[in-house]
Amino acid sequence: MMESNENILEVENLKINFKTYAGTVKAIRDVSFNLKKGETLAIVGESGSGKTVTTRSIMGLLANNAVVEGGTVMFHDQDVLKMTEKQLQDLRGAKIAQIFQDPMTSLDPTMRIGRQIAEPLMVHKGMSKAKAMAQALDMMKLVGITNAENRINDYPHQFSGGMRQRIVIAIALINYPEILIADEPTTALDVTIQAQILDLMRELQNKISTSIIFITHDLGVVAGMADRVAVMYAGKIVEYGTVDEIFYNPKHPYTWGLLSSMPTLETNGDELPSIPGTPPDLLDPPTGDAFAPRNSYALKIDTEKEPPFFKVSDTHYAATWLLHPDAPKVTPPVQIVARQKQFAEMQKKLAAEKLSHPVEEEEERQ
Amino acid sequence: MAKYLAKRIFYLLLTLFIVITVTFFMMKLLPGTPLTNQAKLSPQEQHLILKQYGLTKPVWQQYLLYVVGIFHGNFGTSFQFSDQPVSYLISSRIGPSLLLGAQAMIIGVLPGILFGALGAINKNTWIDSGTTIISILGISIPSFVLAVLLQYYVGLKLGWFPIADWGGFSYTVLPTLALAASPFADTARFIRTEMVDVLNSDYIELATAKGMSKWGVIYHHALRNSLIPVVTIIGPLAVNIMTGSMVIENIFSVPGIGEQFVKSILTNDYPTIMAVTIVYSVMLMVVLLLTDIVYGIIDPRIRLTGNSN
Repeated sequence: MMESNENILEVENLKINFKTYAGTVKAIRDVSFNLKKGETLAIVGESGSGKTVTTRSIMGLLANNAVVEGGTVMFHDQDVLKMTEKQLQDLRGAKIAQIFQDPMTSLDPTMRIGRQIAEPLMVHKGMSKAKAMAQALDMMKLVGITNAENRINDYPHQFSGGMRQRIVIAIALINYPEILIADEPTTALDVTIQAQILDLMRELQNKISTSIIFITHDLGVVAGMADRVAVMYAGKIVEYGTVDEIFYNPKHPYTWGLLSSMPTLETNGDELPSIPGTPPDLLDPPTGDAFAPRNSYALKIDTEKEPPFFKVSDTHYAATWLLHPDAPKVTPPVQIVARQKQFAEMQKKLAAEKLSHPVEEEEERQ
Repeated sequence: MAKYLAKRIFYLLLTLFIVITVTFFMMKLLPGTPLTNQAKLSPQEQHLILKQYGLTKPVWQQYLLYVVGIFHGNFGTSFQFSDQPVSYLISSRIGPSLLLGAQAMIIGVLPGILFGALGAINKNTWIDSGTTIISILGISIPSFVLAVLLQYYVGLKLGWFPIADWGGFSYTVLPTLALAASPFADTARFIRTEMVDVLNSDYIELATAKGMSKWGVIYHHALRNSLIPVVTIIGPLAVNIMTGSMVIENIFSVPGIGEQFVKSILTNDYPTIMAVTIVYSVMLMVVLLLTDIVYGIIDPRIRLTGNSN
């Protein structure tokens, strides 16, 4: 993949609240991350952890009752949060595009799909309808819609879910955006279709060299897709690192919980562990580490003081007191220990063979 | 499409036949005879007249004769106006009614759509509250009350338009306004609800994410989708206008079919009652058929002639 070290997006200390009748919901509580050119960053977490709100803020698509309490979202040299509505319109669908979760509801039921795909061209490039339709047709072929010439004037209901998601992808990519936000793009699809859509996204990423922010709750999807992973819990990022570091050397007990509850090829008949309890109420977030009440490894300090990020490697950070030099040594769940062992072997092998790309290694093993 | 239309027209005729039958027998249950108010006539004279019109025969025979007559295009002659064929009576009076109905639908439904859309777009603001209050008033105030208010204030006090009677366009203004209130209010309420839903839908968010302006999204994506269900209430609205016009035509002395209908019920003018009923039924059923066809044009999901799938 065509990664570089240039950051095209930098989110810093983002804090977003929602005003509701019940009170102020602190949905995003100090989130920072960056996105490099050409890379895929996965944001993983349970429902309600703030993944979607974070990405909505990048496109300036926050709901009316959302209040940005602080932070910046720098796209190149501009703060998206300070943009005017007109500037946001120029950004959306041109520089930053989004794929939504449910392809069954995200297309306009009364508009022909060719027109829907062509619309971003007409809006941003002032293209004539005929010219835009011609490009839309090319895009339909690119995203793998068979018999595109005859289907360009069809309506969304004439397509299956997987085909509709291809159309949504075509809409998102027609202007070759620099950033593609994929918000659970495969959650609503059958497993076999999921794989096709993920393949398509990887293929197109290479073709048009876009950066992807991939939001999901499904770690299984992340492994084959992402370069880096950020794990979110209760409106915060609790751990981030490269995909190998998160999968094989996780440090945060929440990441342990997520990984342990994911079936692998080695899982045999045993009951799949789950994380006990439910995420905290963000109307009134707990003091200390928000995950502490559900964490069997919680220390006393977790309930008093929020853990800062501790560095694991140059690319890997985790916010857990367990990484403090004075913290007691704990043994992670068996599944994690096994993963860490695999990781150590992999590192050794890599060092020996001096293989440059661990991602390919990872794909082979799957 | 042709097959569908043929089927629909067949059912339309069947329904019409049932309506004719039911109305005929219900009409016979009305108390009195066409001669109830003619006390000056002796019973023998009354009997003679009834016999002349075939009203002394058993009801089932009268019914059969009537149905056979219809098939020959004979709707009978009016009892009120001696020797005037009902068909002439109706054709001379349907014009004003259709004009009023069409005007009321247009100035009711179109601003209703605009009002409802404005309310939905500015949800939970003073604009929304304002449009909601106006449309609730439109629903709650009966058309005849509005008619009298219009006559008094706009007609009598301001003197802008004639209070009653029938002449040129200016005579149609007040009755049209009185008739339009209900379709206006219904449409506004309906569109608002529908559009609030549509504006919250995923495809509107996707349209916004394409970088379209707020009004671009509303015009290209929200409006058409909000209009789909509104088409379904056009039928009932047309019924409102028809029934409303009976009262309104009386208040404004419009020589329309509704006014005629009320008069003929009061005088037991059987052939006219039957004929007006048939005209109303046909109008309503045609409106419903058109609604279904328009529905298919607006909403591709239920289009009648699918070329794929």
